[in-house]
Amino acid sequence: MKFAVPVFPGSNCDHDMVNALRDILNADADLVPATTTDLAEYDAVILPGGFSYGDYLRSGAIARFAPVMTAVKTFAVTGKPVMGICNGFQILTEAGLLPGALQANRSAQFICETSELRVCNVETQFTSDYAADARLQLPIAHGEGNYYCDDATLADLQANHQIVFEYVTNPNGSVANIAGIVNRQGNVLGMMPHPERAVEALLGSTDGLGIFKSLLAHHEEVAHA
Amino acid sequence: MLKNNELTPEALRDSQTYREWGLTDAEYQLITEKVLGRLPNYTEAGLFSGMWSEHCSYKNSKPVLKKFWTQGEQVLEGPGEGAGIIDIGDGQAVVFKAESHNHPSAVEPYEGAATGVGGIIRDIFSMGARPIALLDSLRFGEPNDAHTKYLIEQVVAGIGGYGNCIGIPTIGGDTVFDASYQKNPLVNAMCVGILNQADIQKGQATGIGNAVIYVGAKTGRDGINGASFASAEFNDAKESQRSAVQVGDPFMEKLLMDACLEVIHDHREVLIGIQDMGAAGLVSSSAEMASKAGSGLELNLDLVPQRESDMTAFELMLSESQERMLLCVKAGAEAEITQVFDKYGLDAVTIGKVTDGHQYQLFHHGNLVADVPVDALATKAPVYQREKKRPSRLNKQSHHQFMPRIVDATGALKKLLQQPTIASKKCLYETYDSQVQTNTVVKPGSDAGVIRIRYTDKALAVTTDVNGRYLYLNPRVGGEIAVAEAARNIVASGGQPLGITDCLNYGNPEKPEQFYDLDESAMGIARACQLFNTPVISGNVSLNNESNGDPIYPTPMIGMVGLIKHQRDITTQDFKQAGDAVYVFGETGADFNGSELQKMLTGTISGELFDFDLVTENQNQRLLLRAIQKGLVASAHDVSEGGLITTIAESCFGNGLGVNLKSDLPAAHFFAETQSRFVISVTAAKRAEFENLMEPYATYLGMTTADDRLFIETADQNFDIKVSFAKRLWEGALPCLLK
Repeated sequence: MKFAVPVFPGSNCDHDMVNALRDILNADADLVPATTTDLAEYDAVILPGGFSYGDYLRSGAIARFAPVMTAVKTFAVTGKPVMGICNGFQILTEAGLLPGALQANRSAQFICETSELRVCNVETQFTSDYAADARLQLPIAHGEGNYYCDDATLADLQANHQIVFEYVTNPNGSVANIAGIVNRQGNVLGMMPHPERAVEALLGSTDGLGIFKSLLAHHEEVAHA
Repeated sequence: MLKNNELTPEALRDSQTYREWGLTDAEYQLITEKVLGRLPNYTEAGLFSGMWSEHCSYKNSKPVLKKFWTQGEQVLEGPGEGAGIIDIGDGQAVVFKAESHNHPSAVEPYEGAATGVGGIIRDIFSMGARPIALLDSLRFGEPNDAHTKYLIEQVVAGIGGYGNCIGIPTIGGDTVFDASYQKNPLVNAMCVGILNQADIQKGQATGIGNAVIYVGAKTGRDGINGASFASAEFNDAKESQRSAVQVGDPFMEKLLMDACLEVIHDHREVLIGIQDMGAAGLVSSSAEMASKAGSGLELNLDLVPQRESDMTAFELMLSESQERMLLCVKAGAEAEITQVFDKYGLDAVTIGKVTDGHQYQLFHHGNLVADVPVDALATKAPVYQREKKRPSRLNKQSHHQFMPRIVDATGALKKLLQQPTIASKKCLYETYDSQVQTNTVVKPGSDAGVIRIRYTDKALAVTTDVNGRYLYLNPRVGGEIAVAEAARNIVASGGQPLGITDCLNYGNPEKPEQFYDLDESAMGIARACQLFNTPVISGNVSLNNESNGDPIYPTPMIGMVGLIKHQRDITTQDFKQAGDAVYVFGETGADFNGSELQKMLTGTISGELFDFDLVTENQNQRLLLRAIQKGLVASAHDVSEGGLITTIAESCFGNGLGVNLKSDLPAAHFFAETQSRFVISVTAAKRAEFENLMEPYATYLGMTTADDRLFIETADQNFDIKVSFAKRLWEGALPCLLK
């Protein structure tokens, strides 16, 4: 399975993601520049965390105009998995690939801590490796992770089981404790916590592995179907 | 030709305007009579004022800095370059340095702190290293007035704003509150990087005809003559000096860092030298690069990228606009280098060349606007041997140790845990990204931050420490203790101390009593460094930390890096499980002068500092490190501010474990700040071997428990408190004070 990790100017979790994929999961992973216009050769795309374009104006607001985002949209239409972590989630909402928006944390401060998550939907290609209702310890590190959507959108998300992760203790003011959602088709995931920071026991948690293992397993299944 | 309102050389002499830039009459005369043999023009006088400032020339501190021990077989690069370098084996090396940004942070706390972080990062990558960790050592006044709260909030936001965005984890530091820093806060930032020894760079400009390339942000009018500003004493009138503070752009610096590292790694055959434009901006970087190489230099200022119009040569040379670097590149390879920066969308412009001879020549609008010997700027600043006089405060000291009367031990503990200096700093450090780069093993809040070295079994432990109160009572011993405490934190984390960097924060050295503090504490630091085999490899001096004549406590911040040889040796302060044996390692005395308890009970500190023995300290540290490397230690925590009881309580907090302990000491002694001690826990299986090794220096106190209760039976009364409640007090104090 071959992953593309687009690098926007100002991305800073791009190498962490590639290291996790290559060193821990033995997967193929390429850093691709934001000027890339074709992602067809890849099996999955992961938008990494960081401060794309300095997050000036608004998180993800400039990144969505990068050429690679047109390629990401085309890629998503094919049904292959797209995942956005932290700043990547912010970019996906700005680009309209996921509903809602991410606002400044309720505390108005950046927050870096380990948060406890509940896996709300294990029937996605990102979460099939987890047990139903599994509790995860995943790091968060963001200033603008307060997920917002209107009531109608929230009702939609709930009705379609699009809420994939929720915080056990809400750290940032997110609507309905939302930490991660998928699109209606289930192939685009955005989440604020950092699974790539939780793949080695030495660093405190391996609870992020399940997401990558789910993707790898799903890819195997599709390949052998 | 632009209209120019600058003074003529004669008018400059007659008006003595150079004084406003920090040059003394004697220095001006030296330039006129000895260096140039003529009157300097406006631009030239400006160049000298920047280069001869304390910040750039160390003219007041050089005789002191010479006392430092900078040798050691592990040292690959000592003081003098952007940062020092230490060998860590396997062809790798660690690069680190600390720098103060005190004055800018007092005036404009967010940008002052942010650009302090940005500046120290550039020092690290200019050596060819990838920055892997940041630390911050902060000193504020008591957090009970609105202005201090504003400073704290903004400084912390500035540090986070820069470090989080650029993607370097902030993994440690220390924060202390004392009225001594009320009007003169200290903001010291440290950066640690790692490199392959083949990539080590120098800031030099050699080879006649080779190109000088300016890269990064455009030059504006921010921070003009900031080096002189930073080197001056503070007074209320300086509230108006905001324009001398720079503005940071971490996004720009991220691009600049990645581009420079790409040049260093992939174009090393054409790169001659690289240096950060820090204090005194373009003049300091270019003059130092040429002087170090014994070259001359010629710059055409019309080519300097500018973001404001009509900038004068003086402004261009002395601007401290951030996120700029200067490169020296082989003639003919300019395009190869500028292409790299183009890819990142950064300016890269050839602005001059290395010349024959030793002159430093600047051209602007077709005119030669400065023509001075390059060494005169970079190395010939006068050096002052300042007068030294034992301060009267030391002569008046009581020889007796303060004897606290503790009638309610648990009550005193509760109050102590809420003292701002003792209380948890979680609400500050949780706003820093401590995990980006995915190497952080021990996060902020333990004795030292620990980062693993990827693809090896090694790790680095890093810490910053100094207790200004101890130095106030005894500058020399206080200096020794600062190094000792840093080493204690490294050892408690499982590391072998490797070396230090420092920020020497003091008052005005022209006052003999304050020079005494600087000089004496440097001797203490030097002695301790030699004993611990931790050479000083880099650092910075910040003098004139005074406000309306009152100096801060002498505060030489020590930043130390240690090597953990095997990741299995990484040790944290938290008790690990119920049923482990708890020991205090080291003797406890009635040492209360300068302690947090004395401050809490009497409102101030006073008296002669308690005794301290470096040899005992070193022995204890070596023994603990051996125990850790033998796998005998479950947890280790150094005893510092707040004494034994604070150390035990903090060890309980991490995993919510209790203790049931018994001691022959009276309760008051649990607050004593005797040095050279650790609180250690050991599993039942390892107890015999541990006691065998540590006898007679470790005293068994009792066991950890699964109960939510800290219980200690002392010689006179008991400490008895719920761990969860004590933790709430400890964690809640600072957020409450800062509201």
